[in-house]
Amino acid sequence: MNRSAEPYLNRRTALAAAAGLGLSVSFLGRSAYAAADGELARRKLVIIVCRGGMDGLSVSPPVGDPDYAGLRKAIAIAPFGAPDGALQLDDTFGLHPSLKAVHRLALAGQARIAPAVATPDRARSHFEAQDVLESGGNLVYGTPSGWLNRTLQTLAPTRKLQALSVGVEAPLILRGPLQAASWSPGGLQSRDARLPMILADLYAHDPLLGPALASGLQTQTMAKAASSLAVAQEQAETPPDAMNPMDAAASKPAGANLGGNPEAVRAAGVTVAKFMTAENGPQIVAISVDNFDTHANQGTARGLLATRLTYLDNLLDGLSDGLGPEWNNTVVVAATEFGRTAHVNGTNGTDHGTASTALVLGGALRRRGIIGDWPTLQPARLFESRDTAPTLDMRALFKGVLVEHLGVERRALDTVIFPDSGAVAPAIGVVA
Amino acid sequence: MALESERKLMAAIAATRFGLGARPGEIDAAMNDPRAFLKAQIRAEGAEQPIGELKSSSDNLFVYDGLRKARQAAKAEDAVDMIKQVQMQVRELVINEMAARGRLAAETQNGFAERWTLFWANHFTVSALKGASAPVVGSFEREAIRPHVFGRFEDMLLASSRHPAMLLYLDQAQSAGPNSQAGQRRKQGLNENLGREILELHTVGLGAGYTQADVTEFARALTGWSISRGRDAPGAQADVGPVGTFMFRPYLHEPGGRQVMGRVYPEGEEDQARAILHDLADHPATANHIAQKLARHFVADNPPAPLVARLQANYIKTGGRLDALAQTLIDSPEAWTPDAAKFKTPYEFLISTWRATGQAPDLSAPQKFVGSLSVMGQRPFSADSPKGWSDEASDWASSDGVVKRLAWAEQAAAVMSGQSLDPNDTAKAALGARLTPAAAQAIGRAETRTEAFAVLLMSPEFQRR
Repeated sequence: MNRSAEPYLNRRTALAAAAGLGLSVSFLGRSAYAAADGELARRKLVIIVCRGGMDGLSVSPPVGDPDYAGLRKAIAIAPFGAPDGALQLDDTFGLHPSLKAVHRLALAGQARIAPAVATPDRARSHFEAQDVLESGGNLVYGTPSGWLNRTLQTLAPTRKLQALSVGVEAPLILRGPLQAASWSPGGLQSRDARLPMILADLYAHDPLLGPALASGLQTQTMAKAASSLAVAQEQAETPPDAMNPMDAAASKPAGANLGGNPEAVRAAGVTVAKFMTAENGPQIVAISVDNFDTHANQGTARGLLATRLTYLDNLLDGLSDGLGPEWNNTVVVAATEFGRTAHVNGTNGTDHGTASTALVLGGALRRRGIIGDWPTLQPARLFESRDTAPTLDMRALFKGVLVEHLGVERRALDTVIFPDSGAVAPAIGVVA
Repeated sequence: MALESERKLMAAIAATRFGLGARPGEIDAAMNDPRAFLKAQIRAEGAEQPIGELKSSSDNLFVYDGLRKARQAAKAEDAVDMIKQVQMQVRELVINEMAARGRLAAETQNGFAERWTLFWANHFTVSALKGASAPVVGSFEREAIRPHVFGRFEDMLLASSRHPAMLLYLDQAQSAGPNSQAGQRRKQGLNENLGREILELHTVGLGAGYTQADVTEFARALTGWSISRGRDAPGAQADVGPVGTFMFRPYLHEPGGRQVMGRVYPEGEEDQARAILHDLADHPATANHIAQKLARHFVADNPPAPLVARLQANYIKTGGRLDALAQTLIDSPEAWTPDAAKFKTPYEFLISTWRATGQAPDLSAPQKFVGSLSVMGQRPFSADSPKGWSDEASDWASSDGVVKRLAWAEQAAAVMSGQSLDPNDTAKAALGARLTPAAAQAIGRAETRTEAFAVLLMSPEFQRR
C-alpha cells in the first residue's frame, strides 16, 4: 500500500475504515510541522483548469488597445462605462462584465491578470496543450505525472501537504505517486461498515483500487463532517428507491466536473473552502471548469462564454468567501490550455490560438499591475499573424507562485516539478 | 488438462474483456471455441440497433427547429418558459436514447459487437453538452456509426463528417469561405473546428506532421458542407431535403484548389472535402492512430507494440476494412493475456452488472439508469470534449470515482439480494475462470446476501476486464 497516502480525516468516524484498509494513518496535523516551516505550513493553493481554450481577450478584454475592437468586431466587449462594458482594471485592461466578484477582488488588490501567458506547446490541440499544462513538461507526454503531485513529493520530507481534486475524474495535474483525494457533489454514501475492510483485503495487491478507496472513504467522512455540505448531505439522506434502487443512485447528476446553475457552483466553491479550512484539510486543490471552446456565437456580455465566466466567477466568489480569514493564506490560479484567435472567426466565435489570460487571486497578493508584458494586438505583433503572442511562460507563473507562496526551492522547480525548465525563471513579485 | 483450463479462461475473457460482461450462460456458450464465438458477431450489416420510440435525426431536428421558431415568435415574458420547455424535451430525448442503448447493451448476445460499436461511437464523439447537437446525439450513433462498424473506415468517417450532429457539434454547418459568395456579401467566414478535429481525433492524429496551414486549408475545403433548413426556409430550392439532412451550400464554399498534407486538390465543390477525407482514411498515420486506440481499448492502457503493429498492417493491407480489423484483434495472442489490465468505465460497470443479473434496465423509468451514470461521472452522451471519454484507468479510478461506485454497488446488491439469485452462482456465471479464489472466498463468507453481491461487484476482477 502506498505509504504516502496518509490522508486528512476525521479521526473518530474514519478510524475503523482506515484501519480496515490497512493504512498506516498519520494524524499529524500541520502544527507538527509548524516549527520547521513556520507560516508556510498554513499556505494553500488552488489551481483551476479552464478547459477548452478560454478566450483571454474576453476574460480581460484590452479595450484600451487600439486594435482590439477592430479585431473582435461583433464579439468585442464594450469599452469602460458603456452599457455591458468591461469592468475597468487600468487604462488598457478590463474584466469581462460577468466577472463581478473577480473585479471586486481586483479593486481590493486581491486579483491580478497575466494577459499573455502560454504553455510551451504550440500545436493548438486541446488535448496536447492540456497535457503540457498539467504535466508541467516542456513537450507532450514528457511526463506521466502532474506537476502538483510532484510539488507534494518535493515538499513531503519537511511538510506533508494533502491534496484534493474536485470531480469524479482524476485530473492529470494531480496524478502521480502520491495519492490525492477527489470529491464531487452528489451520490449516495456507503452504508455497510464491513465492506471497506473486506475490500481492503481484496485490494491489497491492487495498486490502483487500494489507495483510491482508502482516500475516497476518508474524504467522504470529511464531507459528512463539514456542516455546509448541503448538496452532498441532501443526496446522502435521500432514501433508496423502494421499487428499484439498483438504478436509483442519484436523481441529480453531478457530472465529471462542476456544472449546474451558478448558485450550485458558488455552493460548491464554499464547500471546497470548508474542506480546506477543516482540521487536516487539503492545502492543494485542483478544480476543472469545462466548455470554454467557443468556436461559434460566443457572445459578449451575454451568451455562451458569459455563462461559463459567470460559473467561474461564482466558484471564485464561493471559494474566497468560504475561506474566510484563510483567504489571506491562499493563492488561486485559473489558467487555460491556450487562448483563442485574435480575430473573430466567420461564425462569431474564435478558433484555437496561443496566449491567453490567467487569473491570480488571493488575500495576500502584491498590489501591482498586470503579470508579464502586454505584446499589444498590432498586426505585426500577433503570433503567426493570428493569436495573442505569449510574453510569459505558464511555467514561470506557476513557479513564481510555488516559490513565493509555498517556499519551494528553485532547484526542485527547475528539474523535478517542471523538468528541464532551468531557462524559465519564476515570475516573482506576484505574492506579497 | 492444460488445454481445458486455457479454453475456460479464454471463454471468460471473450465475454468479459471483448464483450460487455457475461450474462448467465454466456461463458458456457463461448467455451467450445471462444474465438469463433466472437467472430460470429462480426456481421456485414453492422451493429444491432436499440429498440424504442426513437426518431431520426431529421425528425428530432424538425421538432427542435419548430420549438425554436415558436420561442422566437413568443413574447419576451413567455420566452424563458419556452426555453425551459425546449431544454426539458431535449433532455428527455437524450435520456430515452441512452436508456434504449443501455437496454440493448444489457440484453444483447453480441457483447463484442456492441463493445466494438461503443468504441467507434466514442472515437466519433458528439456531445450533448452542446445545445445544438444535443437533440441528435443518439440518432447520430444509430445512423452514422452502427451501420458501418464492420464495413470500411472511410464510409464511417464520411457518414460521421456529413451527419448533421457532427456538423452542428463542431460548428461546420455555418462555416463560410472568405471568398465565397456568403463571405463576400455578408460578414460570414471560416470556422476551423471540424477540420482540426477530423485531423487530430478522427484520422491521422497528432504528430502526423500536419500544420496550422493544413488545418485552415482543410477547413476551407469543407466549407459548404451544411444542413438543410427544409423546403419552407426562405429562399429554399425545391429539391432540398428535409430539415436537418446534409446539404451542400455552394454559396458558402471557398472557391479554388487546396493543398492538405502535401497533396493538391483541384476545385471540386462538395467532392473536394470528400477527396481529402478519402486520402486521410488511407493515410498510414490513420492506420497507426486507430491501431493504437483499438489496442488500448481492448488490451491495456499502454498497449503491446506487436499488437499495434499487426493491427496497423492489417488496416493498411485491407484499406481500412473494420471487419478484418476485428478478426485480426481476435486472432492476436496479446489480446488474450490473463491479466485484467483495463479498468471499467462507469457505463461498462453498470452494463456488466445488469448482464450478471440476466436483466436489463427498465425503459419505463429511464432517468434512474442515466442518473446512476451521471453520479459516477459519465453523463449520458455528454463527454466533455470531442476527444470522448477517457480510455485510461488513471482517469476513472479516482478516490471519488471508486467511492461512488461502492455506494452504487451497495444499492444494486440490495436489489439483487431480493431476487432469486445466488451470489456464488452469479459470481461464477459472471466471471467464470477469472473469478479468483480470494474473491470467491470473500463472497462465500459474506454475512448477508447483499454484502456478498456488493463484494462481487466491487471485486477487482469485476471492476476490471
